Amino acid sequence: MPSVKLTIDGKEIEVEAGTNLIEAARRLGIEVPHYCYHPGLSIAGQCRLCMVDIEKAPRPTIACNTPAADGMVVHTQTDRVKETRRSVMEFHLINHPLDCPVCDQAGECWLQIYYMKHGLYEPRMADEKVHKPKAVPLGPHVILDAERCILCSRCVRFCDEITATGELGIFNRGDHSEIGLFPGRDLENNYSGNVVDICPVGALTDRDFRFQVRVWYLDTTKSICPGCARGCNIDVHVNRKRPHHAGGRRVARLKPRFNDAVNAWWMCDVGRYGFRRVDDADRVTVPQRRNGAERLDAGWDEAVAAVAEALGRHAPDEIAILASPDQSNEDLFALRRLCEARGIRQVAFRVPPAIASADDDFLLRADRHPNTRGAELVGLDGDAAGILAAARAGRVKLLWVFEHDLLSSGLPEARPALERVETLVWSGANANATSALAHHVLPLAAWVERDGTFTNFLGRVQRFRAAVEPLGEARAGWDVVGRVLAALGTPGTGSRAEHWFRALATSVPAFAGLTYQAIGDGGAMVAGAPPTTAPTPPGRRAPATVTA
Amino acid sequence: MAERVLMRNFDRADSHTLAVYRQHGGYAAWEKARTLEPAALVEEVKQSNLRGLGGAGFPTGAKWSFIPKNHTGPVYLVVNADEGEPGTFKDRYLLEKDPHALIEGMLIAARAIRSALGFVYIRGEYVQPWRRFSGAVTEAYDAGLLGQGFDVVVHRGAGAYICGEETGLISSLEGKKGWPKVKPPFPAIKGAFGQPTIVNNVETLACVPPIIGRGAAWFAGLGTKTQGGTRMYSVSGRVRKPGVYEAPVSVTLRQLIELAGGVSHTGRLKAVVPGGGSAAILTADEIDVVMDVDGLRNAGSMIGSAGVVVLDESASIPEALMVLARFYAHESCGQCTPCRESTGWIYKMVHRIVDGHGRKDDLDTILDLARRGAGTTICAFYDGAVGPYISYIQKFRSEFEALCRA
Repeated sequence: MPSVKLTIDGKEIEVEAGTNLIEAARRLGIEVPHYCYHPGLSIAGQCRLCMVDIEKAPRPTIACNTPAADGMVVHTQTDRVKETRRSVMEFHLINHPLDCPVCDQAGECWLQIYYMKHGLYEPRMADEKVHKPKAVPLGPHVILDAERCILCSRCVRFCDEITATGELGIFNRGDHSEIGLFPGRDLENNYSGNVVDICPVGALTDRDFRFQVRVWYLDTTKSICPGCARGCNIDVHVNRKRPHHAGGRRVARLKPRFNDAVNAWWMCDVGRYGFRRVDDADRVTVPQRRNGAERLDAGWDEAVAAVAEALGRHAPDEIAILASPDQSNEDLFALRRLCEARGIRQVAFRVPPAIASADDDFLLRADRHPNTRGAELVGLDGDAAGILAAARAGRVKLLWVFEHDLLSSGLPEARPALERVETLVWSGANANATSALAHHVLPLAAWVERDGTFTNFLGRVQRFRAAVEPLGEARAGWDVVGRVLAALGTPGTGSRAEHWFRALATSVPAFAGLTYQAIGDGGAMVAGAPPTTAPTPPGRRAPATVTA
Repeated sequence: MAERVLMRNFDRADSHTLAVYRQHGGYAAWEKARTLEPAALVEEVKQSNLRGLGGAGFPTGAKWSFIPKNHTGPVYLVVNADEGEPGTFKDRYLLEKDPHALIEGMLIAARAIRSALGFVYIRGEYVQPWRRFSGAVTEAYDAGLLGQGFDVVVHRGAGAYICGEETGLISSLEGKKGWPKVKPPFPAIKGAFGQPTIVNNVETLACVPPIIGRGAAWFAGLGTKTQGGTRMYSVSGRVRKPGVYEAPVSVTLRQLIELAGGVSHTGRLKAVVPGGGSAAILTADEIDVVMDVDGLRNAGSMIGSAGVVVLDESASIPEALMVLARFYAHESCGQCTPCRESTGWIYKMVHRIVDGHGRKDDLDTILDLARRGAGTTICAFYDGAVGPYISYIQKFRSEFEALCRA
């Protein structure tokens, strides 16, 4: 790619030809304020905020639609640029309601931010503002306040250019223009939540999140969406500061985090709204054992000792483990260690769902588990149906199930198999029908409560981080298995997920050379996997060639 | 009166028919153009000093030459017949009375830019012009003038002023909301349906057959140094004989008002809008201006579409501004923030002033907003909307202040 050299605010920079001035300035750490421009969407050029001065140009020019050129000299802080920004801010705000105290966007609103940075004018508007529809549900996840809308058209372009679903348009003209649905449409595509992310103001808000907690109480942690095998990079927003808000739910929302190799700026609604289980009432929080119909809380020491005793008591070929593709690479590697220590060969992790899912047309994968590839690479693939058949035949005395609910799965005749097992151990975060049958229940920390890595379907290893403390006494999978291993006499590998990953990297060739540092925020490919790029959105694909 | 070029056929019975058009030399220029190379046609039009008559006054030959030379795909010719500038009604007469002049102009222009398909975008309210023009297109097809390497699609607009802006027109033609497009790219590079496109006004193209038929030098000689030919002035308002008047572009505003029978009502002139709603208003003292592109530019106004609106002593300038402000607030497409928001705001202020609830501060706010406006939006609508407001307030400030409370 040819490059061009230009000067912005006295600093020289070389960028790829075709880079616009907003992006070129961004690389120098210079922010050119803008509303309608979004790097993932086409150029609209309509908010008129990103004006910069270019030497030899008669007047300020929009930076979003101006490609950097060799020798160009750009100024982002001249008096007339500042004056233009102030004017544009005034225009953006004259008809905007002053309802920040009750607006969910307050605190992350680009009208507030840019007014403080680039506005600060004395208001002159003394006439009645234009009134438009308020609190209009657009679909299952998104609600519109048309009065707050600044008509940047990002949401419209998103539905045209990314999802190619075209639900939204701008209707009417002049200051009566408003965003709306085309007749008979609902904003119900699987990516609708993204319009809330890209809306710079409080016009489009999240029905799931709004009025739950003010955004300034939220903390952000980098994570990976566990909703499918894609592994979209996300931020987890948690509310630790106001535990009495939002009904005590700690995880407030998920937001996509840019990664050009995986999901770009986007994530699907299945993933975005699938996090609620981590704060649901069915979480198991203390180890339990079952005595007939009675369930007794147990301490970890007692629980670990009991499971270790059972593992020691039974012959290796009487023991089976059903790991989960929801577990991290570290958890799965700990299980591999356990299998090696006890010579267990009946291991599997694939449990078919009762109703098969399908890929959608963009990011969402039919495989709704984040770490199927990791479980394959760690070497835990096996025959789950075979294990259940052996259990039904009485050949499995101890079965340790992670996360799965075999009773609601696609595996036939699970109940007689589970009832035949002498010691059924279940570990997971949310109770289910299988855990109800278990003799020992060992609570696992949910994915937002621990550190770890998932390997996506293309072989990209990505880190997720603990955003909140585990509920109750729940622990990470590697910790539970590590304790059992210790009780069986195998020295522990470590007290942090990273220690287990290090051991994984030295034992499993696919992970050779990888470290948490090398994986970083963007992920790293397992050995032999080619680099990835985010898939082309449906709206950007070349139309199918029509042949006569 | 000088020779009529554009309106030469208007007084003939059935002037809109092919037979009458042909009888008086119609399509002879096209026959001549067919023997000339496209480059020669472009050069001839350049030499004629023909400038766009839709409003912007851009040299037509230069515009034609912007089509990329190495382009291999289709090139489109689009005729802007979305005549919507307040006070302008000349294209309507051309479409109704001499539609074949436009078709002949299109044929020649299409040859010059190597276009095989032309679109004529006719203002939705123009029913009779659309009927007449469509009838002429049918005749031209039947006579083998069209359909032999050049086809014409007639498209009716739906009544939005912004669709007269060339890229707004293209968006509308493409089936989208009539929003002007961000430039660059300009239409000559990437226009309708992504292809190089030349957008010309009806009257501009109607000038082309006489230029080719009688030569660039003749045409250039009719006008001034920088603009050739005659043009059609729509004269309305407080004049005794409102209507369309053809005159060389060297005519003065005073002469035009006289052509239209002089000032009516009080008979005393107060002000004139010389070039459609987007042109700055002129006072009675400023009417000795030459009505070409440069003459009005030097006078701080604009010839635009040559829509002349005359106001006599009894007219209220604040009310005139209110009507204008209401028009622009209503017609702003809403795409760019400054235009979308401030056209409505200014209208509210002017309305309040006219209602007797204004403050002198409002006048300064309007002036300030209008002065900030130039060049801050995608298209020229906003400049054309708020630009003239300055002249109304500056030249007639006392009239506004008399209505203000504080």
